[in-house]
Amino acid sequence: MGHSAPKIATIEGIVQEIEAILGSMLIETVDHADELGFIVQREALSQAMTLLRDRAQYQQLMEIAGVDYPDRPERFEVAYHLLSVTRNHRIRVKVSTDEDKPVPTVTHIWPVAGWLEREVFDMYGVVFEGNTDLRRILTDYGFKGHPQRKDFPLTGYVELRYSEEDKRVVYEPVKLAQDFRSFDFMSPWEGAEYILPGDEKAKGEAPGAPTPTPPPTSTPKTTEKKADTGAGEAANKAAQAKSEEAPAKPAAQTDEGKGAAKPEDKA
Amino acid sequence: MADYLEKLDHHTDAADPAYGDTEIQNYTINFGPQHPAAHGVLRLVMELEGEIVERCDPHVGLLHRGTEKLIEYKTYLQALPYFDRLDYCSPLGMEHSYVLAVEKLLNLEVPLRAQYLRVFFAELTRICNHMLNLGSHVMDVGAMTPNLWLFEIREDCLNFFERASGARMHSAYFRPGGVHQDVPLKLLTDIADWLDTRLPRLFEDAISLVADNRIFKQRNVDIAVVSKEDALKWGFSGPMIRGSGIPWDIRKSQPYDVYDRMDFDVPVGTNYDCYDRFMVRVEEVRQSARIMKQCLNEMPEGPIASFDRKVVPPKRGEMKRSMEALIHHFKLYTEGFHVPAGEVYVATESPKGEFGVYLVADGTNKPYRCKIRPTAFSHLQAMDFMMKGHMLADTTAVLGAMDIVFGECDR
Repeated sequence: MGHSAPKIATIEGIVQEIEAILGSMLIETVDHADELGFIVQREALSQAMTLLRDRAQYQQLMEIAGVDYPDRPERFEVAYHLLSVTRNHRIRVKVSTDEDKPVPTVTHIWPVAGWLEREVFDMYGVVFEGNTDLRRILTDYGFKGHPQRKDFPLTGYVELRYSEEDKRVVYEPVKLAQDFRSFDFMSPWEGAEYILPGDEKAKGEAPGAPTPTPPPTSTPKTTEKKADTGAGEAANKAAQAKSEEAPAKPAAQTDEGKGAAKPEDKA
Repeated sequence: MADYLEKLDHHTDAADPAYGDTEIQNYTINFGPQHPAAHGVLRLVMELEGEIVERCDPHVGLLHRGTEKLIEYKTYLQALPYFDRLDYCSPLGMEHSYVLAVEKLLNLEVPLRAQYLRVFFAELTRICNHMLNLGSHVMDVGAMTPNLWLFEIREDCLNFFERASGARMHSAYFRPGGVHQDVPLKLLTDIADWLDTRLPRLFEDAISLVADNRIFKQRNVDIAVVSKEDALKWGFSGPMIRGSGIPWDIRKSQPYDVYDRMDFDVPVGTNYDCYDRFMVRVEEVRQSARIMKQCLNEMPEGPIASFDRKVVPPKRGEMKRSMEALIHHFKLYTEGFHVPAGEVYVATESPKGEFGVYLVADGTNKPYRCKIRPTAFSHLQAMDFMMKGHMLADTTAVLGAMDIVFGECDR
């Protein structure tokens, strides 16, 4: 049966239909967890959205969500969630951008995008080209920075209090009575890489001493000869003795001996 | 003054018909942030021409607490109580979207009794929320008594929440995999009695005072009419889109939990104004009571949470006796469970409309990104075009019919 989240019937051939509508504007189709995602080219977003609304009947824009992936060359992803009330279907359209490259606005298609774009701008600093009212929305008047970015600290940079001397609210740098605690629950068996104190010495990354890289060779490494194994003569001899001995051992433990012993036990 | 009036008297001038008129400029006023009818900390900057609203610019974010940022630093279970504090008038409606999103990423099956309990309490939440909204709406336009009577019902609802979860408002009752604890049979029978007797009596009494009241109708009928096209363009949902005549209800069209087993009607408006939105909510309360009665009739016995011990912690009694349960308890309440990488957008029909959670997981025990789609954000944005040409006093009626709570709008 699986999960009990909202059941949305899949429409036969919807992927092909939207792929045909978007054509060359489409970069990638993602079908994950029963949800369709379409990554489109940033410059063509406005055109793609108009087509999706007019030809694929996605009448409503429910949400615009920004996501920050600092490792990517274009770090921000803007995800638009569309809903069709006539076909009872949802899709997600995504574009990627960075701090400088503007995303075309969709306010002329859905006026609701106005505040949703303002929020993404406020939280991530993504600029929307054509949005005439790109003010901050959720943060304070005169706020600096974009708080949802991954490199923005959870505590922020400033805190405010009412100053009795100044008779007004004043901003001050954040002072934490206790250090911010962050627990890392990733276990080393599941991909976490812990760098213990002293590890840096093993890698030879002391200042001014880069690790020499081994010269490239054309012949692959093999162990055809005894000398190739890298083991000493003593180890080779021990291995030889062990491998000669090995087949004899199971033979000594055959069932015949046991079978012969059983009748005696009974008697 | 007397000679000025004398001068004006009998004066006609075809070239200057406005002779003697004083030219006044548009007047800009602040509505809120501290105003009892603003339903929280809303600041409306309104440009008035006389008493007519020309432009209305809502300033939100005064209650912004960085919930989405905080959730990124919490495990999936620790993030749950933040949802109670979004829309503090309908806490379980918010939790519902979140637990369903987590379950969708985990592809976790929920036992049937838990699904019934969730639907049951989600509908109780809807009644509870509508009591506050209907009551404050009628009070904003001048009626005092219905609000007091509706708050009686709300008080009953909060007592039921307390008996089910231990908390009156911030229940944290829905959990990924089911609900936190089973409810005693006495609670269910008490709610059944309440649905049969007290709720209809108090509710119908209170509504009978306003539904056909001339003053109430004068304040609401034909105020802020929103056409179907506008409702779609402005991202309306819930009672707002139904008030605009579009029969759209996620419980019906994209059913979650056991809503597909429930028999209920979706009311729609015919005149698309504030009065319709009010009456849609009134009818929703009756339908919610209907759903709750069906839940009580059909609810099976059985487990109230999944037995997947990698997600749902064991009961405390079991934890005291079993070593394995103790380990699971410890791991789940410290490290929490890991959710496979992926992204989902799960929207449910909260009492105020479509409440969505866009959850991006990266395979760790914390959400990589949790975007909350509040209902009020889209609705409040439409304030400007809904208010255009209306009187200043209509602001409270329009706001009341929108049902806005700032915990959710500002996050």
